[in-house]
Amino acid sequence: MQWTDDHDRFRQAVRGVLDREVQPHVDEWEAAGIFPGHQLFKALGSAGLFGLEYDPADGGQGADHSYTVILGEELGRVGCGGIPMAISVQTDMATPSLARFGTPELKAAYLAPALRGEMVASIAVTEPDAGSDVAGLRTRAVRDGDEWVINGSKLYITNGTQADWLCLLARTSDEGGSRGMSQIVFPTSTPGFSVSRSLKKLGNRSSDTAELSFVDARVPVANTIGEIGQGFRQQMRQFQNERMIAAYSAVGAMTVALEKTAAYLKERKAFGQPLLANQYLQYSLAELSAEVDMLRHYNYACADAYLRGEDTTRFATIAKLKAGRLHRKVADTCLQFHGGAGYMEETWVSRFFRDGRLLSIGGGADEVMLRVMSVLDGFTA
Amino acid sequence: MNVVVCVKQIPDPANPGKLTSETHTIVRDGKLILDDSDAYGVEMALQLVDAAGGGEVTLVSMAPHSETSGLRTALAMGAAKAILVSDDALAGSDALSTAKVLAAAIKRAEPDLVIAATESTDGYTGTTPVQVAEVLGWPSISFAKKVAVADGTVKVDRQTETGYDSVEVSLPALVTVTAGVVEPRYPSFKGIMAAKGKPVEELKVTDLGLEPGQVGAAGARQEVVSVEPAEARKAGEIVVDEGDGYEKIVAFLEQIKVI
Ligand SMILES: Cc1cc2nc3c(=O)[nH]c(=O)nc-3n(C[C@H](O)[C@H](O)[C@H](O)COP(=O)(O)OP(=O)(O)OC[C@H]3O[C@@H](n4cnc5c(N)ncnc54)[C@H](O)[C@@H]3O)c2cc1C
Ligand SMILES: Cc1cc2nc3c(=O)[nH]c(=O)nc-3n(C[C@H](O)[C@H](O)[C@H](O)COP(=O)(O)OP(=O)(O)OC[C@H]3O[C@@H](n4cnc5c(N)ncnc54)[C@H](O)[C@@H]3O)c2cc1C
Repeated sequence: MQWTDDHDRFRQAVRGVLDREVQPHVDEWEAAGIFPGHQLFKALGSAGLFGLEYDPADGGQGADHSYTVILGEELGRVGCGGIPMAISVQTDMATPSLARFGTPELKAAYLAPALRGEMVASIAVTEPDAGSDVAGLRTRAVRDGDEWVINGSKLYITNGTQADWLCLLARTSDEGGSRGMSQIVFPTSTPGFSVSRSLKKLGNRSSDTAELSFVDARVPVANTIGEIGQGFRQQMRQFQNERMIAAYSAVGAMTVALEKTAAYLKERKAFGQPLLANQYLQYSLAELSAEVDMLRHYNYACADAYLRGEDTTRFATIAKLKAGRLHRKVADTCLQFHGGAGYMEETWVSRFFRDGRLLSIGGGADEVMLRVMSVLDGFTA
Repeated sequence: MNVVVCVKQIPDPANPGKLTSETHTIVRDGKLILDDSDAYGVEMALQLVDAAGGGEVTLVSMAPHSETSGLRTALAMGAAKAILVSDDALAGSDALSTAKVLAAAIKRAEPDLVIAATESTDGYTGTTPVQVAEVLGWPSISFAKKVAVADGTVKVDRQTETGYDSVEVSLPALVTVTAGVVEPRYPSFKGIMAAKGKPVEELKVTDLGLEPGQVGAAGARQEVVSVEPAEARKAGEIVVDEGDGYEKIVAFLEQIKVI
């Protein structure tokens, strides 16, 4: 990864925008269990943070993937996991397929407004009976003339209570398994659609998570993203973007957490000296810092491969797996070294501990990453 | 309407600065960045030009080593072009010689209005802009918290200790703005890329019709004689409230003669 003055300038700008638009409101949004999606996304869209890698003709910024690395790292520095996740859904989870495979009409109607921050998007894959096993999903779109008639439900959908459209993965034929699925842009104003529940969570509380219901909901077949029947493959590719940005953000979050913990341990005194005078604490932080650095540079290798146009399935899988595991270790250590203060809601580290736990579950659980790895590396019998 | 914004490029305040041992001036070896104070001026200028429905924003900066990094940031925000004065002859310039240089560069851009910050983040004498106006022979208004241009005049709400004064002068004029006059935009990726192609004219002292003897250490009327570290803050006194805390506070306030 070759960092230039342009990258520095962009990083400063992203940090400035997030410091201004997100940081001051985090506590309020965490308490409210939701953030004002349309208001925040409008501000971030105007600042040019959305659609970094997409074609300017579609409302994108025309940057390369190295700028997504910066966006991810800077998002991680925000003092919570919820808002970065909500933003990443808009930038790297719900929109990559539409940008890649969408028709010009579909992109003009849904992608461009999302990139301007006028529309909030969700990615709707997981169902009550299908999470890790995406091929097991049941939501069905049956063709009736020029329309899909959709029935089913989706669960744990980020931004789900306030989304204007969903990138919906549904079954469009009876082939079964991973075949016969399509990605469809589903406007939430469609009759037959409803938000069944808003879910309370362990962490990422500022981000709304919903269960969604579809009863005879009709959308044009023209809303299909890419080819009918290619939805599973397209979604697997979209997952790579999701996993990459998750790993990039984790590095930003862990770096700040170690800095903040060290600062606290310098101030806090016990046994007549700052806690950080204990070599045990120093070395623990040093070792974690080393591991974060390894992930950071692994991320850069992943980004470089992506920039070269290579398939980054293996890179993204490993980065996401290791990010989740390392985040758990870092959060546990930072909390431990804060003592009782760390256990209190009012201390940042308790939120960091709760929020980070998702990384090993969302976007494919650790075990699903290991499953992919086993297949890729031939550890199967 | 054409606006010039004076932008100073300074060592990154995030890194602890150093002074040279002989001249006690700031070491400017590393990369210089846009002084945050000047981001307000750039934003103000962009908004004024926008409101006027035409014209452009030109940046003027004096900095060592042909430094353009801070200028590129301001160009990425939307300024159209820049004039940079960089010359070894400028080493050791004081605020007045800086003002002479800036004034000469500003004249080339023939602006209707010049905007600068009230004071810079590193040198913060807060004296350069008014000297620029004096050299140009133009009126100046400092401490602007609100700026509007109409019919050949600039109207300013000028921050005072008790409130603000409404001041109006005819153009061309110079205005210094405070932080908070407007909210500076952050450059987008597109802005950053566009800035790479925007013209930066680099000039030497002689290009401005100035003599090297008028500027730099040779022309300086100021010399930094010595630099002493500021006195360390003394630890505060902690008053423990044993039911008589208010009496102790009152006694303290009486002692320092505020009541
Ligand atoms: C806060 C939050 C936000 C989310 N946002 C979205 C969203 O916006 N859109 C969306 O579509 N989904 C979203 N999800 C869903 C998320 O992607 C799924 O929860 C995740 O993929 C796991 O699926 P599951 O919950 O059904 O777990 P299950 O599939 O029931 O798996 C449970 C556990 O079993 C283990 N396991 C699973 N498979 C294997 C295996 N093959 N071998 C060994 N062990 C295995 C793992 O430990 C796993 O955690 C979100 C989830 C959360 C918690
Ligand atoms: C001892 C000494 C040595 C110096 N050596 C050098 C040198 O080697 N090379 C060199 O280039 N300069 C040099 N300078 C000039 C110095 O960097 C300042 O530009 C000048 O002294 C103004 O001081 P200030 O920061 O207090 O400005 P202030 O009066 O506090 O600045 C107010 C505003 O005026 C504008 N402004 C001020 N300075 C500049 C500038 N340089 N360019 C554009 N706008 C400006 C900005 O808008 C700024 O916010 C030197 C100054 C001193 C005192």
